[in-house]
Amino acid sequence: MSTTDTTPRYEGQLPADGLTVTGATQWPLWEVFTQAGKGAPHEHAGSVHATDAEHAMQNARDVYARRGEAVSLWVVPATAIVASAPGDAGPFFDPGNDKAYRHPQFYKVPRGVRVF
Amino acid sequence: MEQPITAQADESALVAAFEARIAAGESIEPKDWMPERYRKQLVRMMSQHAHSEVVGMLPEGNWITRAPSLRRKMSLIAKVQDEAGHGLYIYCGTETLGVDRHELLEQLLDGRAKYSSIFNYPTLSWADMGVIGWLVDGAAIVNQTILAKTSYGPYARAMVRICKEENFHKRQGYEICATLANGTPAQRAMLQEAVDRIWWPALMMFGPSDTDSPNSAELLKWRVKRKTNDELRQRFVNLTVPQAIAIGLTLPDPDLRFDESTGNWEFGEIDWTEFFQVIKGEGPCNRERLAARNQAHADGAWVREAAAAHAAKQQRSSTQAA
Repeated sequence: MSTTDTTPRYEGQLPADGLTVTGATQWPLWEVFTQAGKGAPHEHAGSVHATDAEHAMQNARDVYARRGEAVSLWVVPATAIVASAPGDAGPFFDPGNDKAYRHPQFYKVPRGVRVF
Repeated sequence: MEQPITAQADESALVAAFEARIAAGESIEPKDWMPERYRKQLVRMMSQHAHSEVVGMLPEGNWITRAPSLRRKMSLIAKVQDEAGHGLYIYCGTETLGVDRHELLEQLLDGRAKYSSIFNYPTLSWADMGVIGWLVDGAAIVNQTILAKTSYGPYARAMVRICKEENFHKRQGYEICATLANGTPAQRAMLQEAVDRIWWPALMMFGPSDTDSPNSAELLKWRVKRKTNDELRQRFVNLTVPQAIAIGLTLPDPDLRFDESTGNWEFGEIDWTEFFQVIKGEGPCNRERLAARNQAHADGAWVREAAAAHAAKQQRSSTQAA
């Protein structure tokens, strides 16, 4: 792999040949998600390179949770992530954009009623 | 004939749409279309930034074994570990632009890559640990607080994370300075000597003056940078002078004075000859830093090989079990 491959990608996502594990070159990439507290959602924090899942978990802890930032970690092989494409964003999300009746503001409430 | 013209028209329409998004304050994400030049500038800036974090471990690592107390030693180790983490955050962000961390590290090791000029100065006394935390990390915070609003999403997010951690660096540095300032005459002299050495190189960290900064206009237009080098430098001086006064230090600049009309601390001329010399590789420690980094990388080879061998073995035993 070299810098001549300029394909932009999502945070972390490597080309297919990025999965070769050798001592001399790059280890596979793992996306890291941290949960800040119990009941909170896991959020994307960044990525780490690691040889396997256990190694990725330890690296993720050392890089993204040095100050109690996380009570739980997920590591996911970057190649396993499928993401929507920005170019299609408009049409792809269109079905959700023209339905004002899915929002509470769409509905009229008699004047003076405070429950809502 | 027709093909290139169409392609050109497409490109300029894309650039216009891109710049409109920037103007509207939107953040640019890895898969969004971006001008090749924007991508290149970001790779250059982010990789230099990541390299600076990594090389920045060396001058401070120099004093870990000689820290004056266990408390100071624990803090310094934690700080150096943070710098490694900061390097990783930014390499991770740079990789979203289609480059490979391995490639960037090679550029650092073989001397092609640049990093912050400040790390090519030696750390001669314990007081340097205080002054570096206070001035060097202080300057970095001023720079990075603004970079946290940069137009490229992954870079901005890495900066937010880094800024939270740098505040500990600055405070531990200033605490060392304040302690020495309250110490024996010898300790006060050691502190003042460190400030005299590090003050000007710290001001140089913001880069060349705006009149002499070839990349600035473009970076500002695309909101990679949100303030000019000189604006950031002035902000740093304004924040720092009162902190120096508070602990009885003198800053080594006879021209330093407060301007009532602008509210700025005006400072003297920076020695740009020295700055460009250090950038070119002629600073006091350029060769030493590069040699130390190469040595550390070579010494770590067995760890990388062992990790790969372990992963391969685990994989074999799990396929056999299945």
